[in-house]
Amino acid sequence: MIELEEITKVYSRGFLRRQKTIAVNNVSISIKRGKTLGLVGESGSGKSTLGRIALRLIEPSSGTVRFDGIDLTRLKGSKLRKLRPRMQILFQDPDTSLDPRMTIRECMAEPLIISNRAGPEEMEDRILGLLGQVGLQSDLIDRYPFEISGGQKQRVALARVLSLDPDFIVADEPTAALDLSVQAQVLSLIKSIQKKSNLTILFISHDLQVIEQMSDSIAVMHHGSIIEQGTPQDILHMPMEHYTRNLVAAAYGSDAWLGKIKDLRAKS
Amino acid sequence: MNIPDSLENANRNNPEAKGMALIQIAGLKVVFSTRSEKIRAVDTVDLTINEGDTLGLIGESGCGKTVMGMAMMGLLPTNADISGIIRYAGKDLLTAPESMMQKMRGREIAMISQNSANTLNPVMKVGDQIAEPLLIHHLYSADEAKKEVIRLLGALGFEDPVQAAGRYPHEFSGGMRERVLIALALICNPRVIIADEPTSGLDAEVKIEILHLIKEKVTGNRTLFLITHDLGTASFLCTRLVVMYAGEIVETGPTKEVLSRPFHPYTKGLLASLPSAGLNTIPGTSPSPSSLPAGCRFSERCIAAMERCRKEHPPMKEVGDNRQVRCFLYD
Repeated sequence: MIELEEITKVYSRGFLRRQKTIAVNNVSISIKRGKTLGLVGESGSGKSTLGRIALRLIEPSSGTVRFDGIDLTRLKGSKLRKLRPRMQILFQDPDTSLDPRMTIRECMAEPLIISNRAGPEEMEDRILGLLGQVGLQSDLIDRYPFEISGGQKQRVALARVLSLDPDFIVADEPTAALDLSVQAQVLSLIKSIQKKSNLTILFISHDLQVIEQMSDSIAVMHHGSIIEQGTPQDILHMPMEHYTRNLVAAAYGSDAWLGKIKDLRAKS
Repeated sequence: MNIPDSLENANRNNPEAKGMALIQIAGLKVVFSTRSEKIRAVDTVDLTINEGDTLGLIGESGCGKTVMGMAMMGLLPTNADISGIIRYAGKDLLTAPESMMQKMRGREIAMISQNSANTLNPVMKVGDQIAEPLLIHHLYSADEAKKEVIRLLGALGFEDPVQAAGRYPHEFSGGMRERVLIALALICNPRVIIADEPTSGLDAEVKIEILHLIKEKVTGNRTLFLITHDLGTASFLCTRLVVMYAGEIVETGPTKEVLSRPFHPYTKGLLASLPSAGLNTIPGTSPSPSSLPAGCRFSERCIAAMERCRKEHPPMKEVGDNRQVRCFLYD
């Protein structure tokens, strides 16, 4: 479905742009239709840059992005615009991804109008249907983003992404700003929608435990490179790289008591 | 004024005092009044913190946990209507004049605030910022204060403390900035530390380092009141847990027992929501603090809710050793 081949992104700055920062270094990944690749790494490892390159929101310095067999890196203008609805991004912070001056209704209507997906008479029903799909009540429709909770905002952002029936979603730390119980709600919602509409997801997070729950395979990113890739089972139980081992220890080490909870759940 | 040789050696933390009630909170209510509504942020909280306790207050955004911390520091805004009692070492903090609160802050009770880029003054060298409380409390002269800051930065893991003291906050990484915030809280050697989400926004590895640092350097004989929504952090640092939901305490008890055998349906739900427990969700959302349900505040989301739960508000009840829960299931 989506293939990234030998992607490199170099940022230049300073006098004569001589100082170079390599954000992404020769990365190749691919995701099959309906599957989720979890991309894990610490802040500054290049994972968000890679996610944006996959959607061609950022141009790579070199390498190829293929979406459903089409070379995205060469597409231009209307051809690219035609593909845009099929690939969407869900951002970390719904406070900055929703326009504070638009009501939920206006915010939801915008992509539907632009893409000609609903006329004025069916708009209301479409929006309510989408909000219902993400578990939101219809009375929210005339509120502004500041009048609803963080979890509700992220659901609106998700509904907006889904309104275009995308095939591929980049979810960039979609629950980092949410509470534990709200995080669980949003993540299981994403999972159930993926099942229903066969979505392909690139799931970016620094939280290995979240990644484990969401992904069919995991890629570990460090200093711009993918240092290890495999099934959640392999990465978590047999990490090969020293860095991955540290990451796993850091994510699960302090939560030794969690093992007990798992045991309890298994028993009950 | 009598200046101790080193605050570290000033034996204010008398070992015999360990286990005595240091902070007593009774019937604490904090109500914010806006033009149209009354928001009950903290509602009738009773809590005793003993000397040397490491107590974790856990709960989700908006449940009132940060407001609790602010009330203990006397830092709530003027539109907050506070009633009840917060007693620190016998003194009532809520009726205390501001001049006394100023003497307390930093010296007796200090805060490690949430780590964000705007917590520290961006145009002041961190060494000067850390020294400020020492000078304000007239504990040291400027030269001595500088030495003390450098000694403390060294103890908190800065390889070159002299150089670090001369830097500005933006020159540090998130983890190093967290160490600066810890230094700022520890500089006057306070008896109580209130830590509000000390590791939010840090990478996993850095977080573990900071947690170990807090455990080694901050707790010791000191009393720690940790405010967090991260169960892992609370279980690592705290021996006792207090679970808050919609402005009130719903469960307390020793950390290990609460986490391995939670009583309140909300605590159970919270543990089941953990990614590692399989992301089982609690249905619905927390009630708005301006329109709280009449009965149990969790009843609308509770799978075990009975008829009674919707009508009556459950009181806090002793269940077993040192454990309390606010739920009719344990009647």
